[in-house]
Amino acid sequence: MRLVLEKRAEHSAKMALLSPIIAIVLTLITGGIIFALRGLDPLAALYVYFVEPLATSWSIEQLIVKATPLALIGAGLAISYRASAWNIGAEGQFTAGAILGAVIPVFLPDLQSPLTLLLMLLLGIAGGMAYASIPAFLKNRFGTNEILTSLMLVYVVQLLLDWLVRGPWRDPQGYNFPKTVAFSGWQTLPSFQLLPPSVGPVYVNLGAVFAVLAVLALAVLMGRTLKGFELSVQGLAPRAGRFSGFARNRTVWFCFLLSGGLAGLAGICEVMSTVGQLQPGISPGYGFTAIIVAFLGRLNPLGALVAAFALAISYLGGESAQVALGISDKTARVFQGILLFYILACDTLILYRLRFQGPAASLVETRT
Amino acid sequence: MSEQLLSIILTIITASTPLLLASMGELVAERSGVINLGVEGMMAVGAVSGFGAALLTGSPYLGVVAALVAGAALSLLFAFLTLTMVSNQVATGLALTLLGLGLAGLAGESFVGQPGVQLQKIHVPGLSDIPFLGPILFGQDLLVYAALIIAAGTSHVLFRTKAGLVIRAVGDSHQSAHALGYSVAGVRYLCVMFGGACAGLAGGYLSLAYTPQWVENMTAGRGWIALALVVFASWLPWRIVAGAYLFGTITVMGFALQAHGIGIPSQLLSALPYVVTILVLVVMSGNKALTRANTPACLGQPFVPDR
Amino acid sequence: MKLKIWMTMAAALALGVSASAANAADKLKACWVYVGPVGDFGYSYQHDLGRKAVEKALGDKVETAFLENVAEGPDAERAIERLAREGCKIIFTTSFGFMDPTIKVAAKYPDVKFEHATGYKKADNVSIYNARFYEGRYVMGQIAAKMSKAGVAGYIVSFPIPEVVMGINAFMLGAQSVNPDFKVKIVWVNSWYDPGKEADAAKVLFGQGADIIVQHTDSTAALQVAEEQGKLGFGQSSDMIKFAPKAQLTANTDDWDPYYIARVQAVLDGTWKSEDTWGGMKDGMVVLSPFTNMPDDVKKMAEDTVAKIKSGEFHPFTGPITKQDGTVVGEAGKPLPDGELLGMNYYIKGVDDKLPQ
Repeated sequence: MRLVLEKRAEHSAKMALLSPIIAIVLTLITGGIIFALRGLDPLAALYVYFVEPLATSWSIEQLIVKATPLALIGAGLAISYRASAWNIGAEGQFTAGAILGAVIPVFLPDLQSPLTLLLMLLLGIAGGMAYASIPAFLKNRFGTNEILTSLMLVYVVQLLLDWLVRGPWRDPQGYNFPKTVAFSGWQTLPSFQLLPPSVGPVYVNLGAVFAVLAVLALAVLMGRTLKGFELSVQGLAPRAGRFSGFARNRTVWFCFLLSGGLAGLAGICEVMSTVGQLQPGISPGYGFTAIIVAFLGRLNPLGALVAAFALAISYLGGESAQVALGISDKTARVFQGILLFYILACDTLILYRLRFQGPAASLVETRT
Repeated sequence: MSEQLLSIILTIITASTPLLLASMGELVAERSGVINLGVEGMMAVGAVSGFGAALLTGSPYLGVVAALVAGAALSLLFAFLTLTMVSNQVATGLALTLLGLGLAGLAGESFVGQPGVQLQKIHVPGLSDIPFLGPILFGQDLLVYAALIIAAGTSHVLFRTKAGLVIRAVGDSHQSAHALGYSVAGVRYLCVMFGGACAGLAGGYLSLAYTPQWVENMTAGRGWIALALVVFASWLPWRIVAGAYLFGTITVMGFALQAHGIGIPSQLLSALPYVVTILVLVVMSGNKALTRANTPACLGQPFVPDR
Repeated sequence: MKLKIWMTMAAALALGVSASAANAADKLKACWVYVGPVGDFGYSYQHDLGRKAVEKALGDKVETAFLENVAEGPDAERAIERLAREGCKIIFTTSFGFMDPTIKVAAKYPDVKFEHATGYKKADNVSIYNARFYEGRYVMGQIAAKMSKAGVAGYIVSFPIPEVVMGINAFMLGAQSVNPDFKVKIVWVNSWYDPGKEADAAKVLFGQGADIIVQHTDSTAALQVAEEQGKLGFGQSSDMIKFAPKAQLTANTDDWDPYYIARVQAVLDGTWKSEDTWGGMKDGMVVLSPFTNMPDDVKKMAEDTVAKIKSGEFHPFTGPITKQDGTVVGEAGKPLPDGELLGMNYYIKGVDDKLPQ
């Protein structure tokens, strides 16, 4: 017996919706078995993992905080990857955005007005774009592979950040510890109430709004404009793209500036909210996780938003399981890997049908 | 002075070998058209398996075997998902990294704080004692030589044998290879598992030879560097050797310069290997024809035969 | 829809489970946040030993929980707040980067006690604690100067923060008290934890003429290199004698057990107050593991210094101290004030390296 795939005549719309559900059911079963083997009540464990992150207004707030940078970066990467512009260095562009935006609080700490907020956000975007333009330039000018350059540049800018906060940008009142002055007032993101106290209250900061707006704008770009069509064509068939007169160089620039700018925005938003200052560690790998988000979302901006929440749940669920059940961070990571495997494998069912084939059957040549 | 130079060269060899092993394996997988971003995870699993097996049996060589098998086993899972289930390769590879690091951490819980069994350096009477050249050429551990032999073997097989031709055909045009009657999935399964075995070996090198111990996260990002080196090398085996040794050399030279007290910010020295890799690649990308000729055209693309 | 029903059932069952668990727990919940994995056999590992010691010492009066691998940055505040929400009554946040998040969460949960390691911000419900690691490093400097034939030590360091700089200075003061011309070569690896890089740095340092290795990074790699090459070295954080039976002279270990037990006990007794603890050898927070691989006279010298530090008769940073640039700090015969030590960002005379300014 052999497992074979059979191409469906067209996308299965039913499967597109059903596949994540199948994946979740399979994950629940596998997870239940793992937890039972570790001597835990499987139902209680699964509750902690998947329901608790959605159960209280606090955890919903945290979920939004965690999903925001993932969605912002992931949506931009989705577009890039769709057009075959392989930006792997969003983590570096995130850092570059945070660094450039932090110029204001570090050098003009007393500048306090709504303009400060706007200026920092714009500098953040500019920082991400500028840093993403290095691999884009090298790609277009010299044909240098952008996967390598964008990845290597991540480590470089992280060391630059490290040098800045330990040296020239160090908080003079900070006992020589590695951090800048704390951002305050208009140097931090305002937050507002999303849900009223009767259900929540749930507060979100401006970053979450940007994420939703960016996702919607990109969805419109891809679905309704010629630019979106151009990007898809270039990704699917670069040669056909060239024949239709779409300039490959421009596409590379567009994709890198777009995804870099969004990563930079995510970076400055993060240091203006959850971190509150510049310090050596400002990201738990958001730029890398966002690569999974982009693919999990089927390279679609709206999909990236959903995927960002799915990943955020698996992170927060893992964390609450550590505290409530005493399972280790390692078990949580294994479980996360398995969940992703199921989701990715089940997506195949949208395009293909699964068949078990006996040894005899495989000998018979059938053509359709 | 020659004493100093010798110690630096020996350090460079140790620092470069795991990068060389891991990227050579990934090169073969990518030549067949499969990109596996799970190198870091496979290395971690290789490291913990190698350490554990050596500790339990007392034999570092069994450790090496265990590291190899464990890396290959984890890559088999990846192969099943991406080749049989045609899931997305990039995302599956990243998930494999998460899973691998987690599994390694779980498996290694009881090994923390235990000294390991070291893979000894060989000693050839007479030859190893030649001043300067002896320790470099005839005084390494077996995996250092194995890495170079694997590099030579890979280069030979890929470009001088029929098997290599098939691998490259599958990576460059899976439709034609299929039409010619080759099993695209079969070839890719084998190449991915070769990649996994090499990544496992690289991990085993860390926990058996480089630093005989097991701690979580001991791979410290080397899997990612290995991935970048494949691109750096334009998918050519000998360039991988050059790239891995270049990277190791600059890292170690950074330490040597610091120890001389030259007063350059250490962050700058730490960033040098990355910057130099980029610059060298930019210079080499002048030859676009060579790069294009060696980039597997079907890299990352799923293949399901029409039936 | 079946799924939904199933999930609801699961939820109901789980609620039942956690409710019954809560009844059983009239225990005090003590919690920890670690920056690394508990399996690092270094910094986080030592803190986790402290947690286990609390469980052992206070038995069924307490239950403990921890979060490991919590990155400094966006995740820190949530991790700490999660513990506060889960009913932890005392929370130890064990890394410098958790300082501001700890203060923020503490303001929201006035009934929960917080303890932050290695920082400088206090509040009514936030204590700070740290260990005087430099005491051990002074003794290590003395031993190194006695044992080194070359008169040169290699020093592997992670990041230039005051604690690390303080350690280098203490080591050199100790060494200079024995051999005024003692030299140190410094390599920054820009990582707390990368065994491979630490091993590389150790090999390079030995190659450049050092014959003793000191480290302010967490892994055993450098000591293993010393063992392999027949050189000497010191352990860090944990006693690493198993890894280098012929090379380790002593190890500068952190013992958090007594502090953690005392602080959790204070919460149980209702006597917990916000305090600023900077404990050293006297308090059993800094412990030098047994002196090995050295002649008796060196051992005796080290033991004498330890005794003097413990009794308060001697302080490693006793003025006047000449800085690298030639200026002098401290009053003659008096120790530098703690505030000055905590922010130390200069080298003393005789250190051949430049600090990033």
